[in-house]
Amino acid sequence: MSTTGGTPAASTNGTTPASTGKPSRLAGPANWADERLGIGKSTKKQLRKVFPDHWSFMLGEIALWSFVVLLITGVFLSLWFKPSMAEVTYLGSYDQLRGLHMSEAYASTLDISFDVRGGLLMRQMHHWAAHLFIGAMFIHMMRVFLTGAFRKPRELNWIIGGMLLLLGILEGFAGYSLPDDLLSGTGLRIADGLVKATPVLGTYMSFFLFGGEFPGDVIISRLYIAHVLLIPGLILALIAAHMMLLVYHKHTQWPGAGRTNENVVGFPMMPVYAAKAGGFFFIVFGFTAILGATLQINGVWGYGPYNPAEVTAGSQPDWYMGFAEGLMRIFPGWESVIFGYTVSWNVMIPGQIIPLTMFAIFLAYPFIEQWITGDKREHHLLQRPRNAPSRTAFLAAMVTLYGLLWAAGGNDILAVVFQLNLNWITYFMRVAVFVLPILVFILTRRWCISLQRHDSEVLLHGYETGIIMRAPEGAYSERHLPIDPERAYTLTARERDEVYELESGTNEHGVAAPNARMQRFRARLSAYWYGYNVQKPTREELLEAHEHAAHELEAHDDQHSADGHQFDGRHDVEGEELTHRH
Amino acid sequence: MSDQRTTPAVPGNDDAVIDPHSSVPAEPIDNPGLPAHQPRPTDIDPKAAKRAERQVASLFLLSIVFAFLFVVAYFVFEIGEDPDLFGGLGASNLFLGLTMGLSMLAIGIGAVQWARKLMSDVEIVEQRHPAASSPDDRAEVLAALQQGLDDSGIARRPLIRNTLLGALAVFPIPMVVLLRDLGPLPGDTLARTVWAEGMRVVNDISGTPIRPEQVQIGQLINAEPAVFFETDADGEPIYTDHEILIEKTKAAVIVVRMEPQDITPAAGRENWGVEGILCYSKICTHVGCPISLWERQTHHLLCPCHQSTFDLADNGRVIFGPAARAVPQLPLAVDSEGYLIATQDFDEPVGPSYWERG
Ligand code: HEM
Ligand code: FES
Repeated sequence: MSTTGGTPAASTNGTTPASTGKPSRLAGPANWADERLGIGKSTKKQLRKVFPDHWSFMLGEIALWSFVVLLITGVFLSLWFKPSMAEVTYLGSYDQLRGLHMSEAYASTLDISFDVRGGLLMRQMHHWAAHLFIGAMFIHMMRVFLTGAFRKPRELNWIIGGMLLLLGILEGFAGYSLPDDLLSGTGLRIADGLVKATPVLGTYMSFFLFGGEFPGDVIISRLYIAHVLLIPGLILALIAAHMMLLVYHKHTQWPGAGRTNENVVGFPMMPVYAAKAGGFFFIVFGFTAILGATLQINGVWGYGPYNPAEVTAGSQPDWYMGFAEGLMRIFPGWESVIFGYTVSWNVMIPGQIIPLTMFAIFLAYPFIEQWITGDKREHHLLQRPRNAPSRTAFLAAMVTLYGLLWAAGGNDILAVVFQLNLNWITYFMRVAVFVLPILVFILTRRWCISLQRHDSEVLLHGYETGIIMRAPEGAYSERHLPIDPERAYTLTARERDEVYELESGTNEHGVAAPNARMQRFRARLSAYWYGYNVQKPTREELLEAHEHAAHELEAHDDQHSADGHQFDGRHDVEGEELTHRH
Repeated sequence: MSDQRTTPAVPGNDDAVIDPHSSVPAEPIDNPGLPAHQPRPTDIDPKAAKRAERQVASLFLLSIVFAFLFVVAYFVFEIGEDPDLFGGLGASNLFLGLTMGLSMLAIGIGAVQWARKLMSDVEIVEQRHPAASSPDDRAEVLAALQQGLDDSGIARRPLIRNTLLGALAVFPIPMVVLLRDLGPLPGDTLARTVWAEGMRVVNDISGTPIRPEQVQIGQLINAEPAVFFETDADGEPIYTDHEILIEKTKAAVIVVRMEPQDITPAAGRENWGVEGILCYSKICTHVGCPISLWERQTHHLLCPCHQSTFDLADNGRVIFGPAARAVPQLPLAVDSEGYLIATQDFDEPVGPSYWERG
């Protein structure tokens, strides 16, 4: 047992003490820097900071590194891109468009693609990295949600993460609009319609945004400054805050032998994570380069310059906008005129209200769950999704909803590919978005609870060996063997759910307590959310079950394995080792 | 694995302690403690370690090779000449991307292999601390805060406090006012288009005027107001490219011809057509996409953006989809030379709805 590097709280499972060796050559430069910056104090702990290891912790890292790739490729693009809507005549290398009038933005995008060596690669890497960035954030967020990593003290980091996702999507939309091709112009046209549907202020917002009537001649340069400075600056600041909180809270870890709510077990920042994470940056960078080399993306030269009177059939936004597109498509055409003013429910509800509400619910989820449970403790151990059945089922329902809306966003493509009637797809979706998520919720919750039950079975009665035993009197049974202690411990390393109970709805005089109705709602919600979960067995139950099993084995010691094989899991057999299952 | 455990719990590791404050039943199983470190082949077999070392170094060398190849590819492959090579990827793009990608991947995989195979994989245990600072620290901060407030005298001098709050509330106003010139006020620009009485309806690409007899039954023509193609007395276009882009957003139309007996014009629209030829706005009333898909048998016009469907034989009524209003119709007539003209501007705003539209 050794203590490492000045952090007395740290211990290891190594057998030899870590040696510091002779004074290193690093001492010189380190002293130079420390005498000026005093960084010794702040880096002392960070250099050997412990991070736990699990594949799912890599998802956030993918998001981080793809953002760095976006920064690097984006700076390259900005060296040639001209964010101007001035009309020019295209004179570049691409035959089909030469001589056409177009905006400078579109012409310079064509130049980047056809007249700058490596320019097309940078554009394609930039766009692929954008997909990777947003996709990784989505999946990372789901991981955090499913494992309960958003619980106290990490609620604020959950909110920061949510803001990052929102900003990433906005940034992606702004970037997608920059080339000023037919497809991106159509996207802006839809955005303009969305803005105009805002009550009272809609037309003013649209005119101020576009510098006059759509499309105006300033929107590209305005989006440009948002795309290369404002939003990346905000994202960078939020990422810094996200990382600082991560370091302060220390990463969550999966429970297991030796891993508790009070410690963190893993490898040190320096050198293991420096190499792994640093290496991973190059892997993400290399991966995007290969995507950019081999898979064409957003071939804007095929769409032509923006023209408000033209559109390509089957036009699609980038995938992350797909669910909003689906909402817009399946919403019925409701509009009312009230006192001579128009309220466009058909645009406002699917385009503004529902996405913002869904986003707000997700941001508030940690606080909602905390209110239901009344749990104010710190949580550093992750939960398996099955051990939070209602939460897992809620996410599954939301993913279902998202997927349905996403499919609805491509209903014209579905209609063509599957030879279906487009109107019927829309009618189906209008019902399905209400029914399927509820079904998925119920099924996922059942499934989680049955997995929990299975875990309890394994703990109490051991695992199924697959060996069928025959008793002398002829009865068949399957041999169960106890699982190894580490696995057993890991299965029990979770908290018992406590259902919030109404202390007393009324006081002794029979008068309702001030917020009794709220408390009653909370109790009902808590019972619904947690009441069906299977709790882990108690110590007594375990002991009892194990004693029972031991008796059983003794009673039937003369049983034989039904297939005549001598191996019954209890007697050593030459050449066959009894191994514990993990 | 568990049979190789050396000690049930790592000394100094107080994991197995059960939280005395917890009200829940005792943990069913005590924490068995961190399993002992398992050496990897590279930890015990110098040959395996040497092999791993060579593997990592080869990856780094490979990266150098690919970086050189990138430079070679940069100068060898011309771009622009034949962008359709390799399935439209272009030789330059393909080879630049592959060499760059492989050069990066080799560094990345090398570093990760190094960490996994050769760097110490002894697990370290670090204790956590509550996120909150100690009660003493907290009390000290609160005291300092209170001291600061007291010293400022803000509580005793409400006049200062209130005027300060007022000033802070007002100071952003100049910032907001500065934004006023972001754009002109909408006025009624959205309600008007360049269409006017007598303006010819012309083909959107060639700018040629259209005679009724040129339009076949079932045909759809994309059209625009003639003024986009006209020049003034000095031979200058009346509208610049850019103004056309803006005006087109409202003025783009489609001309369709149906059997006159199929058309059921609304009251007042009986003579808005010429021999079964009708003219409608091309801009969707949902959020403004140009509508383009025409089904001649059913007289349905479908918007490609969110699939709103309009019945052009029935005054452009919405028959499906999220749009709430019929597409506006432009009344047509024929001028003295026999070409299609508009008899007036649209009698309602075209395109997406907005608050003041009514
Ligand atoms: C969160 C980060 C970012 C995302 C999600 C993102 C996304 C995008 C997307 C989807 C495009 C369209 C690319 C195409 O033509 O197919 C684009 C274009 C562009 N981006 Fe970004 N971007 C990000 C950050 C940046 C940064 C930091 C810069 C510069 C410092 C930048 C500079 C540009 C430029 C100049 C273009 C236009 C060039 C072109 O379209 O060819 N981007 N961006
Ligand atoms: S813009 Fe036409 S249906 Fe939405």
